[in-house]
Amino acid sequence: MSEVAVTTTQADVPLTGFVGQVLERLGDSVLEVQKCVQLRGIARIEPARTVEVAEKMLAMPGCRLATATGIEVRDGIDVLYHWIIERSAAGEAAVADQPAGVVITLKVLAARPELALDSIANAVPAANWIEREMHDLLGANFRNHPDMRRLILDDSWPEGVHPLRKDFDQVADRPPLPPNQSPPDVESTNCTKENNKGQVRGTLPTGGRDKK
Amino acid sequence: MSHKTVVNIGPFHPLQEEAEFFQLYVDGETVVDMDVRISYNHRGIEKLDESKTFDQVPFVVERVCGICSASHPLAYIQAVEDIAHVDMPERALYLRTIVNELERIHSHMLWVGLAGHFLGYNTVFMWAWKYREPVMDVLEVATGSRVTYANCKIGGVRRDMTDEQLRTIDRSCAELVGPLEMLTNAVLDDPVLHARLKNVGILTPADVKAYGALGPTARGSGVPIDVRRDEPYAAYDRVDWKVITAPGGDVFGKAVVRLLECFEAVKITRQCCDYLLKNPGGEIDAKVEAIPPGEGVGRVEAPRGETFHYVRSDGSNRPTRHKVRAPSFNNVPTFKASCIGLQIPDVAITLASVDPCYSCTERMCTIVDAETHKPMYNFAELVRLSQQKTERMKKEW
Repeated sequence: MSEVAVTTTQADVPLTGFVGQVLERLGDSVLEVQKCVQLRGIARIEPARTVEVAEKMLAMPGCRLATATGIEVRDGIDVLYHWIIERSAAGEAAVADQPAGVVITLKVLAARPELALDSIANAVPAANWIEREMHDLLGANFRNHPDMRRLILDDSWPEGVHPLRKDFDQVADRPPLPPNQSPPDVESTNCTKENNKGQVRGTLPTGGRDKK
Repeated sequence: MSHKTVVNIGPFHPLQEEAEFFQLYVDGETVVDMDVRISYNHRGIEKLDESKTFDQVPFVVERVCGICSASHPLAYIQAVEDIAHVDMPERALYLRTIVNELERIHSHMLWVGLAGHFLGYNTVFMWAWKYREPVMDVLEVATGSRVTYANCKIGGVRRDMTDEQLRTIDRSCAELVGPLEMLTNAVLDDPVLHARLKNVGILTPADVKAYGALGPTARGSGVPIDVRRDEPYAAYDRVDWKVITAPGGDVFGKAVVRLLECFEAVKITRQCCDYLLKNPGGEIDAKVEAIPPGEGVGRVEAPRGETFHYVRSDGSNRPTRHKVRAPSFNNVPTFKASCIGLQIPDVAITLASVDPCYSCTERMCTIVDAETHKPMYNFAELVRLSQQKTERMKKEW
């Protein structure tokens, strides 16, 4: 087992305790272990094997997906799947003397320019909404997602503008309101197209856009 | 040929501050499919937090939800403390526990009241809300506010409680036990409520795992997950209490869990008051110099389930990323598993049974004929349908 640990992980974070055992089970899909302590584990996994790893995690007794976090980093969008392992029913512990309340964060990088990953929502229903949210707010693309409609953003929000990107400014990049939602104007109660153009707040968005 | 219609519940209601949009696809009276749209009032709190300092964020996340306004800041603070490895003073842990448990009592009583209203038991509604009021008063005495408590900060709590305040809390909790017993017996011994709630909206343990359901929604299905026990924070490992579960996974199970949890919350609060009265004085916060670079996770058992916060720090005075996951985000999609196959009058209470941050269900709702787009029912009529069903059952009993 220790050979696996040496070949697949960086030597400075040894795989110890229960968290180490869980990460060892994921085998060579783990590219790098960043943290391995009593109740917390952080590891980076191979993007191509996201679904396989998710299936393995969900199959562990007492393991559930808490949520996922998307973070824009230099090379793309880092998607962090937060798995929680609890002692569920009696005798269901994955190993003997398993600690309760373990949080294992598995990082997957959706690299630029595609920003695409395989969706785990088919294997893990709990990931359905959070992947839609990351698609809306950060522009990460999830292949084979069962229902990739908008979840957070309004239907009138422009395509390809993602408000949680680092270069999106909350004031300057706010898209104009759609015509029928413009703030009421005292002088013109009959909203023509020209009137609405004058009421547009802010400038046209430049930040948070997909770079082609 | 069957006549399928779409039942729209939501998205807006003038009485509510939050919006959610449920669409039920019904065949006759039976729900055959369901769709949910959320985020009609997305406030961009995660983005906003990136522009706030670590110490300012608790006041922002406190406003994520009006009912869980003790849980969100605590989860955030624990995530930051996870990065900074803060050694907390004992007294602060107990003070945090008191506010969080009082919040649980008032939230569960709010749910019991509204569930009673949906079922046509308006006496339950009035009683539950009557006895919830002293809890809110106590919270105001202890923290200065009924809703936004602002009692936590990184490294401890912001304000100590005096012995007099602690005695007030203790006394109010003791006085709550009688009314709680009465309410619990009224609900659990009522044959009509048994008939209305048992085997309705069943969520199996397999669904709980797949959807990642949390809190009373999971515990009502016999899945004993509770962050307070699994990863003890505040003073939960220092007091005596137990995780409440109920078998069945139906609405009745969820009601039982919530009612019995109120007793546990009273027990925890009183033990904390007792400890603090016996051990007066002492530090209430630890000095936190700077937040080092790193990433941390904070989990708190809010009244509706686990609140999950993730914070990443780059060593500056602001978080690079702050992720907030409220329990309803995982609990709401379970409707897909629990509502399908139900009759329309049962949907209102099943939607309500996960307590989806209550303001999300009590809102305008219209049933529209899918072919003619003519409105057929609104939410008030749905509630009336639900109440009439109870009336019918009462007569039969």
